[in-house]
Amino acid sequence: MMMMSTPSSTLTPPDVKPMQGVSVEKGFDTNDLVVNIGPQHPSTHGVLRLITTLNGEVVKDMEPVIGYLHRSKEKMAESRSLFQYQPTIDRVEYLSSFYDHLAFVNCVEKIAGLGVPKRVEYIRMITLELNRITSHLLWFGTFLLDLGASTPFFWAFRDREEVFTLFEKLTGARMMYNYYRFGGVNADLPSGWLNEVRKFIDDFPRRLDEYEAVATKNPIVLDRTIGQGILTKETCLQFGVTGPALRAAGYAADLRKTNPYSCYNEVEFEVPVATEADTYARYVVRVQEMRESLKIIRQCIDNIPGGDGGELGLLKAKVDEATKAKKKDPTIEVPAWNSDWDMFGKKINLLTYKPPAGEASVFVESPRGVLGCYMVTDGTPKAARVKWRGASFSNLSCLPALMKGHMYSDLMAIFGSLDVIMPEVDR
Amino acid sequence: MMSTTSWITSIADILPKLPQMLWDWWLTLPDAVPAFTVGLIVFGIAALMGQLAAIVMVLMERKVLSWFTQRKGPNRVGPLGALQTIADGVKLLFKEDIMNDAQDKFLFTLAPAIFLFPVFVMFTLVPFSSTLIGVSLPVGLLALFALSSISVIGVVLAGWASNNKFSLLGGMRSAAQAISYEIPLVLSLLGVVLLTGTMDLSKIIEAQRGGLLHWFGIFLAPVSFLIFYTASLAEVNRVPFDLPEAESELVGGYNTEYSGMKFATFFLAEYAGLFIISAICAAVFFGGYYSPFGGLIVEQTGFNVWLANTLGVHQLAQLIPQAEMLLWMLSKTYVFVYMAMLIRGTLPRLKPDELMGFSWKFLLPVALINVLMIAFVKLFLMDFALNLVSAWVYLGIALLIGIFGIGGFCLWISRSFTKQLQSRLLKQV
Repeated sequence: MMMMSTPSSTLTPPDVKPMQGVSVEKGFDTNDLVVNIGPQHPSTHGVLRLITTLNGEVVKDMEPVIGYLHRSKEKMAESRSLFQYQPTIDRVEYLSSFYDHLAFVNCVEKIAGLGVPKRVEYIRMITLELNRITSHLLWFGTFLLDLGASTPFFWAFRDREEVFTLFEKLTGARMMYNYYRFGGVNADLPSGWLNEVRKFIDDFPRRLDEYEAVATKNPIVLDRTIGQGILTKETCLQFGVTGPALRAAGYAADLRKTNPYSCYNEVEFEVPVATEADTYARYVVRVQEMRESLKIIRQCIDNIPGGDGGELGLLKAKVDEATKAKKKDPTIEVPAWNSDWDMFGKKINLLTYKPPAGEASVFVESPRGVLGCYMVTDGTPKAARVKWRGASFSNLSCLPALMKGHMYSDLMAIFGSLDVIMPEVDR
Repeated sequence: MMSTTSWITSIADILPKLPQMLWDWWLTLPDAVPAFTVGLIVFGIAALMGQLAAIVMVLMERKVLSWFTQRKGPNRVGPLGALQTIADGVKLLFKEDIMNDAQDKFLFTLAPAIFLFPVFVMFTLVPFSSTLIGVSLPVGLLALFALSSISVIGVVLAGWASNNKFSLLGGMRSAAQAISYEIPLVLSLLGVVLLTGTMDLSKIIEAQRGGLLHWFGIFLAPVSFLIFYTASLAEVNRVPFDLPEAESELVGGYNTEYSGMKFATFFLAEYAGLFIISAICAAVFFGGYYSPFGGLIVEQTGFNVWLANTLGVHQLAQLIPQAEMLLWMLSKTYVFVYMAMLIRGTLPRLKPDELMGFSWKFLLPVALINVLMIAFVKLFLMDFALNLVSAWVYLGIALLIGIFGIGGFCLWISRSFTKQLQSRLLKQV
């Protein structure tokens, strides 16, 4: 139990008192009830252990214990080539793994100076925003499940499965995509895929309204979320909390807007911000973010260079044929081919690919907050060092400060509103 | 050969006399023995009915919730999954009964029994038809709630004996919840008791023989019904009052440590409790075993007499109305069971402090005012308190209470929420 006292004291901001409850110095306070929540508990969203000191039903103190899911993701990068390491990134954060891949792939692209075709960027943006929707949907369901409502969970999963079916058609996998490549993506869009996405985003707002009718204005939900777990902007900045939690505190920090990567500067969207920093504000911001993601996807589908994958494939075949024929008969005209449409950018052999020595750090706005990847290469196929910065770790670290003085029954509502996922905390 | 024949003849001699002999023997016994035996048989039948009801309701709940969430629900065991609950029961029966050293084994084993038996006894008190009632007590209503309070002891014991902090918290929550909600629960029924002047469930149902307009839940005491249903959901730990077993915080609450048949016992008792609550709701507020059109349809149309005469079976004239009574009672009961399931599919869980606040600050005052109003009606309109004219008078009064009481409260709540919502309109940055 004393294990965590050293890191927590370094993380503790000035306005929060150091950990109390069970300690060697103070002895055991007999009035308090120490409840050990987890690591196996229905609503810790993975294997988190919370040593909670209760006074009646009021949380007096809390100590998160992490590390049950540590799989040495960073050390693994040093023992295998970048291409071999890439599939394991999916497991760092399995709910929105496109983001981890983006950060990783962007690092290599930065170090090697690989150009990325515009069509690739648009495909990446579509998948990223769809992934944001699936991630927020899962959060929506589990958050309301934590509040005790079981139906929205199934509804959210229904839509999530629809998006997963789209992902499966595109990448071949429902959760572990491994789709991005250095300077490109694994394969072009299947024929008709964009239309299916369009059908989904046309249909989804109506269903989102339905969910909101059940949850957003439900008096019990309002009562349990409004004014609960206020996480102010200052506390957010002290603990490094990012993402919807920070935006719900009135700070419009969204890397897609402030430091646009990919082609986010070419699409129009808003950054939902709420001024109250409570559980309900975080809820509203996330639901609103899903709607903004739909906006981005719609623009991407409308403006993607090359359009539908099937037609582009036919054109590519024609171009190849005409180029071949032109060698024999110079009079044949080759159809126009835009470099923006090329899926793989500069062709590289991934098995033997050696990025030049260098280092790069990339930060992207994942559904949970700022996701960072720092990479050092030394001219070998392996990376000398890969460091991940997951948003969940920082978001979790503020939980003790946030929970102090709240009811025990608010614990899961507040913890759920932070949208922490344990594999990203432990890596 | 010879001896066999004599045996057969002696048996043949005795056999026709056997019922008479048994009956004579029965009459020679001390009074307590037959009374006890009859009680045991009645209890056995009631327990069987309780189990059957629970089995049907578990399946129904799983089906209803699955329709809510675009699933098919159980559909493998038996036709349309009808035997799923039995299969689950058999599975639970054969599971290991896990107990650890730190538990108080005696209390740990006793707790499910204490939770279950009052519920089964309650089944004997519910009138399913005018004759199909185990024990017709003049204080039936009082007995029902006296019994329902005993169940709480089982929950608290389970929480304590488990030696688990989650269980303990669940048990404590349950005790607090039961004490808070029993007061509005009983107060809501006091209104009906005032109107009818009896606590006998059969007589309360008799008072509503006149049909829809005479039902207490429709015009005469709708506020009582709403309070009763809300409070009784809390009494049987149903969503949104399922705090004692709030799985997101307390894992399983008081039944965290239970496994196998002991867990099944808790499960069974909860569903049987929901059935009882719904049955009381149907009996006290919605005419019990009488049809909404007044009396019984078969009796009014003379169908039972006609059929008995046509077939020449004269018992049918009495049996068919009884069957219709059972049909009405069960269908009304299952309407309220279904309502509880709809609520479970829709609402999240309350917080403990809100739960207490809701009971003490809202339900209790409304219940008190309601009793006062009903007493007023009873006192000044006593002669025709149960006829249609006063029903409309009371409807007016009840509507006024409804509009200014509940409406005002809802308005106040929604206004406070609207203000909070308005202050947090999303700002574009």
